[in-house]
Amino acid sequence: MFGYYLDLALHSLKRNKVLTALMVLAIAVGIGASMTTLTVLHVLSGDPLPGKSGELYYPQIDPQDARGMMPGTMPPLQVTLIDGMNLLRAKRADRQALMTGGAVPIQPDSSSLDPFYVEARYTSADFFAMFDAPFLYGHGWTGADDEAHARDVVITRKLDAKLFNGADSVGRTLSIGGTTFRIVGVLDGWRPNPHFYDLTTGSYNYYDQVFIPLQTALELHYDHNGSNDCWGNGTGGAGGIYPSATCVWLQYWVELDTPAKAAAYKQFLVHYSEEQKALGRFQRAPNVKLRNLMQWLDYNGVVPSDVRLQAWLALGFLLVCLVNTVGLMLAKFLRRSGELSVRRALGASKRALFAQLLTESGVVGLAGGIGGLLLALLGLWLVRHRSSDYAALAHLDPAMLLATFALAIGASLLAGILPAWRASKVAPALQLKSN
Amino acid sequence: MDILPILATLRRHKMIIWLLMLEIALSCAIVCNGVFLIVQRMQHMEMPSGIAEHELVQIQQAPIAPSTDRYARAQEDMAALRQIPGVQAVGMTNQLPFSGYSSNGGVMLSPTQPHRTLNAATYFGENLLPTLGLHLVSGRDFASDDYVNADAILKSLADGSGKGFPMPTIISSTLAERLWPQQNPLGKLIWLAPKASFRVVGVVATLARANAYDTATAQYSMIFPLHMGAGKDQSYLIRTRPQDRQRVLTAAIAALEQADPARVITHARRYDEIRSDYFKDDHAMAGMLVSVIVAVLLVTGLGIVGLASFWVAQRRKQIGIRRALGATRADILRYFQTENFLIVTFGIVVGMAMAYGISLLLMMHYELPHLPWLYLPIGAIALWLIGQLAVLGPALRAAAVPPVVATRSV
Repeated sequence: MFGYYLDLALHSLKRNKVLTALMVLAIAVGIGASMTTLTVLHVLSGDPLPGKSGELYYPQIDPQDARGMMPGTMPPLQVTLIDGMNLLRAKRADRQALMTGGAVPIQPDSSSLDPFYVEARYTSADFFAMFDAPFLYGHGWTGADDEAHARDVVITRKLDAKLFNGADSVGRTLSIGGTTFRIVGVLDGWRPNPHFYDLTTGSYNYYDQVFIPLQTALELHYDHNGSNDCWGNGTGGAGGIYPSATCVWLQYWVELDTPAKAAAYKQFLVHYSEEQKALGRFQRAPNVKLRNLMQWLDYNGVVPSDVRLQAWLALGFLLVCLVNTVGLMLAKFLRRSGELSVRRALGASKRALFAQLLTESGVVGLAGGIGGLLLALLGLWLVRHRSSDYAALAHLDPAMLLATFALAIGASLLAGILPAWRASKVAPALQLKSN
Repeated sequence: MDILPILATLRRHKMIIWLLMLEIALSCAIVCNGVFLIVQRMQHMEMPSGIAEHELVQIQQAPIAPSTDRYARAQEDMAALRQIPGVQAVGMTNQLPFSGYSSNGGVMLSPTQPHRTLNAATYFGENLLPTLGLHLVSGRDFASDDYVNADAILKSLADGSGKGFPMPTIISSTLAERLWPQQNPLGKLIWLAPKASFRVVGVVATLARANAYDTATAQYSMIFPLHMGAGKDQSYLIRTRPQDRQRVLTAAIAALEQADPARVITHARRYDEIRSDYFKDDHAMAGMLVSVIVAVLLVTGLGIVGLASFWVAQRRKQIGIRRALGATRADILRYFQTENFLIVTFGIVVGMAMAYGISLLLMMHYELPHLPWLYLPIGAIALWLIGQLAVLGPALRAAAVPPVVATRSV
């Protein structure tokens, strides 16, 4: 039966080519626009560490002075160096890392390369294990290396390719700002998006190329990148002059593999704040937050609001296209009332007519869906050629590919049901008579 | 033209009419809000910077090893840059309008007030007024003995001595008006920290901040006479004639590399690039809005063409009867035009309510003002025009139906 319906559908669609093309095109453009914007939204609001993000937490404490204190205010977005080191050395979590961003000059050994600056991460040792950073060669450094201010460095595969033509560079030396470092590890193409562990340097398309022990970097006064927030007489410093003690400018992450440990860690943060208040360093009552990775991204609103707006706009457009198609389909089906009533009079049930008409709208939907998919691919290609920070990330993954098809078929069936139902209600004889 | 017969006919196609009205309403709502968003973006993109944008080039450099004396380095570099033919002024700054990464400070009107009055951009640098081409509206520019090394200030704040304060500052007229409405700001004091006080010695007409997201506070800026020393985060600024920019930029890079080869030039560009880079997302968004509006109107228009064609085909016989009974071609034409006008008008009425609703939703989620009433007629006019344009073809075809059709059976 389906084969016959399909035959009828194609025949009917062919009879009015311009109208068929119009309906297919409207669905295709609507779906193409929607899927392009939804894919961008999907990519940007994705989980940078699937499977691990639930165990990573970003503790916040409030070390500010009492001036301007208001109940209900959130603690600062980063930590001071003193608090960061205290929490790091307390080792109350499964793993913990204190870090900040920077930029360092690399002086290649080979004379064919000019010195250049790269984005750097100054961090303590647990960083790599906590964030599941994959190593191509070697490994990270240890907590003992942190305390010893070791001249150890981890570089990315990209930098390794540039400096050593991709050879295993572990054990070789690297001159950073006039100081000789030993390469201990090479990361294998790790590009988390968003740059979740430090959102102050830019959320997307920001990649650190070298990783240096935090205390080593501070000792050598490497330049600091990122934001700082000060109170009292604190100043943000400049370049190698670091922000004052009354400034927050470092990020602190912990790994806690059970909710019980997370609750206990939060208690520890409250206890730490009370202790610091008793010592006179903190002036405010304990104000503590412990968000996990996805909550932290959400709290910081990393997904650009324009991207959401674009998705809504495209969905609105799709709605217009669908209503348009429903209207045209309905007009077309009603116009064929004569033909349909003949079929009814010859014994076709209402349900059979409905199935026949739905097949026709399904064909339009399928064609529109395929067109929509092609347009979405074109749309994403256009997005990638825009100069936004996130442009390079706009790719269709299997999940969104499936979603596109589901949306196409669903949308067109939805657009087909109403006209098919309305038209299948035609009375068998009446239409014959009126003609 | 009698409207009642048209309405009677419309009642016989309820569902299609509802759908068409819904489509027109949705289009109207999208067009009203879309045009409003485009105008908002365009106004944002036209935000004045207050500087001589087309006469500026920026160079950022960084040493490859810790430099011995950053302050001496900066003075030598600037002296070298001034030697380049065609250079009108050379300055240094920690940020530029719309440069993205910003330096800001909380402003207080007394050292003990509990909350900061507002947040404003803190421009640290040298020779900024002549280099940026800022327009001084009152007071004076900094004198050479106003300048202090940044280290001295940081030290004074760190040890709490407050030595060297109050320092002079030049602020934007918007900031002056916000802090002291209707008063003379010259000589007034502001505080950035309990020990850090500044006396206003000059006011410039306009100077936008590096992160001018919010139009209301985009022009809150202060300039401080500080030697920052050469460093990665500082920029050398050169003012020159627009046609000399590329040549001066090339010569400047060569001069800097000659003065000290142990450095990396990280940025060298015309100011225009900074501005267009800052507004690129607004530009893209405005482009997307324009495309969606055009697409929505196109789809709606084609939909009207399609439906009207159906109706005309369906009513051929009735049209023929009317023609046979004495209706002129113009009558038939006007019938379809009036019918379309009525449907579109109903759609627009619903669409205005929808536009208003969408605007309320947008206001909840985005920092947008209320949709001004002025934008509602834009959607209405656009759809009336599209409707009439779309129905013209089918209506002309209807008018061409000969009276003889009435005598034929099917």
